[in-house]
Amino acid sequence: MIDVIFLQFLNGLDKGAAYALIALGLTLVFGTLGVVNFAHGALFMLGAFCAVLFRQFLTLETVTVDPSQLSPWGTPLEVRAPLVQAWFGDWGAVLVNYSVPASIIITIPIMLLIGIALERGIIKHFYKRPHAEQILVTFGLAIVAQELIKAFFGPNPIPQPMPTDLRGAADIGAWLGMPANVITYPIWRLIYFLFSAVIIGGVFAFLQFTTFGMVVRAGMADRETVGLLGINIDRRFTIMFGLAAVVAGLAGVMYTPLLPPNYHIGMDFLVLSFVVVVVGGMGSLPGAVAAGFLLGILQSFASMTQVKALIPGIDQIIIYLVAVVILLVLPRGLFGRRGVMEA
Amino acid sequence: MTLLKRGPSRRRVLQTGLAGIIATGVAPAIFTRGAWAQEFCNNPTGDTVTFGLNLPLTGAYAEEGADEQKAYELAVQHLNGEGDGGLLPMLKPSALKGNGILGKKVAFVTSDSQTKADVARAGATRMIERDGAIMVTGGSSSAEAIAVQGLCQEMGVIFMAGLTHSNDTTGKDKRRYGFRHFFNAYQSGVGLAPVLAQEYGTDRRAYHLTADYTWGWTQEESIKNATEALGWQTVQAVRTPLGAADFSQYLTPILNSGADVLILNHYGTDMVNSLTQAVQFGMRDRQANGKDFQIVTPLISELMAKGAGESVKGIFGTSNWHWNLQDAGTQAFTKSFGAKYGSPPSQAAHTAYVQALLYADAVERAGTFYPPAVIAALEGFEFDGMGNGPTLYRAEDHQCIKNVLVVQGNESPTSEFDVLNIVQEIPREDVAYDPAMFGGDLGPAEPVPMCA
Repeated sequence: MIDVIFLQFLNGLDKGAAYALIALGLTLVFGTLGVVNFAHGALFMLGAFCAVLFRQFLTLETVTVDPSQLSPWGTPLEVRAPLVQAWFGDWGAVLVNYSVPASIIITIPIMLLIGIALERGIIKHFYKRPHAEQILVTFGLAIVAQELIKAFFGPNPIPQPMPTDLRGAADIGAWLGMPANVITYPIWRLIYFLFSAVIIGGVFAFLQFTTFGMVVRAGMADRETVGLLGINIDRRFTIMFGLAAVVAGLAGVMYTPLLPPNYHIGMDFLVLSFVVVVVGGMGSLPGAVAAGFLLGILQSFASMTQVKALIPGIDQIIIYLVAVVILLVLPRGLFGRRGVMEA
Repeated sequence: MTLLKRGPSRRRVLQTGLAGIIATGVAPAIFTRGAWAQEFCNNPTGDTVTFGLNLPLTGAYAEEGADEQKAYELAVQHLNGEGDGGLLPMLKPSALKGNGILGKKVAFVTSDSQTKADVARAGATRMIERDGAIMVTGGSSSAEAIAVQGLCQEMGVIFMAGLTHSNDTTGKDKRRYGFRHFFNAYQSGVGLAPVLAQEYGTDRRAYHLTADYTWGWTQEESIKNATEALGWQTVQAVRTPLGAADFSQYLTPILNSGADVLILNHYGTDMVNSLTQAVQFGMRDRQANGKDFQIVTPLISELMAKGAGESVKGIFGTSNWHWNLQDAGTQAFTKSFGAKYGSPPSQAAHTAYVQALLYADAVERAGTFYPPAVIAALEGFEFDGMGNGPTLYRAEDHQCIKNVLVVQGNESPTSEFDVLNIVQEIPREDVAYDPAMFGGDLGPAEPVPMCA
């Protein structure tokens, strides 16, 4: 039984890592700019498509028609040869194999640019407007982004293979001194969890230990006073929006081997991540992370057959049920501060 | 003079009234009975006739939907006498002439059903009422098929089901106006079980993950019955929502559940995701109860096998049809489809194409589009040449009885399309069953409901 619980806990951490990472970016924007960003799911999706685009670029092929061979339907066979391998040899093959982690290199600048352009171009005009209008404009942006991706990449999911060395499962039980094959878990999911932990840690460290972060935190607490001190807080907040976009994009990139991305993948996560932010407390970074992991773990345990035997269908509603209970008991969420969205 | 101004006499009123009653009520029934019989939903009066293609172009079954669309477009071309004719000359017996249907050119309209039953129903309604579809066809989900089939019965329009595998489609939810060429979950179980016994033995413990809707439920039941008859035990059957995407929380409990076989009652993207994720969890490298852990996919198509890539190698399942069959019909269809689209047709494409041809042929044989006459032409129709061997459209439940294929993921594919191997062709006698087994009532063909 211990092994079953341990496995389910691991699965919860892995799910929670994704929720926490998305909710972190969402709450970062809300905490700094005070904007409820419904386009955040779309940023996750755009990140995932950076990986798709990078792989498509790496797997460009030359097509030659070979009349000596026939296809099953009797036409001359099209022989396809990968271009990158032809140029770079073995090194090209390695690059194709590791296309998903390698695409992080292009994702960071692309997402930073998208984030900054969004903030400067559209969202900054809505700071003083009611939350309802912010929600409308960001939701509209999300739909535009989705439809653009659908137009370019089609409606179907595009599988992104993980590096061959990282396929399969790791025997965690054996590492802990248990017999072999008792607790095994997919390597890529462990990597995703570690990756999330590093990103989350990095964001916190950035805010906690750098001057830039200190100013941003001060701005989050009292924007006007920081402005009066002669600090250009708007520019810093713009960069924070870009940073949130990068976090969402990276979460998307690394998720692609687990779930083939399509244009809708962001919307699927958006609702969940809003629940996470609300449960954690609007504007609270530790709250978003804690609630992400909490809900991931609860969702995982609710899917156990023993639990489902007690309460049928609980795996489908657990997240919303917990959200309702927490909001009834703690209306500001787990780590919510007084005065946020209460004016 | 005043008398004349008092209006018609009582006798005159009675005479006129009687004549009116006869003229409007009785006479048409006597003199124009034939014309009455031809008044039915979307009776084509121009020189074209429109098919309504209801296809999941988005959602979990989008890939099958896209392939079905290609097949329908090809079928319409061939029916109109364009292209290489495809399977038209192969159908035996056939009344098809290659000049449209009853001399009318075939056109089509399309609707994206999004792999959702309610959207499929709304799309079919629109195509019938607005676009004048004479026949609705398509769908890659049994939930869609059952919803649309019910609607078509209400509207008096024939529904030629696309890919639907639930026992209920021609079982408890069967309809007089609905016809299915594709096989069903029961036939998958009967076909697959002997192969599973031979490969994996009779002492196995199975764990089911099941798509939570009509198809998943009936496939789970059929496979459970078939494997338990072999002596297998069922450890657990867990339902997962359609389009769940991440199945990890359902996969972890399997690892130490005591099961040594995982049966995936999933289809489309769900199957690609659950199978790939199960392999990521190391299930194919595990040992349980002293045996190698195995995964079985009772219903599989080449599109899914392609999507799952490495993960599908060596895995057993069943298919309605495969482009690699060696009969003349299959070869003709593969050649025609491959030449046009550059890839071999999937089983979804095949069933869609055949359904379009069978409808057209039935109309030609009936000599009219009048649905009850077309239904009568399809019921009990015995034909051959479509790639599945001799086939019977059973009158009792509108289910085609034909051979079923047991397939296995190809260990060493020679091309990107060579992903499944045919292990066995189960003769149709072995997968036939009592039409009353799954209950249901076809309902009446007449009087024909009017759609608008």
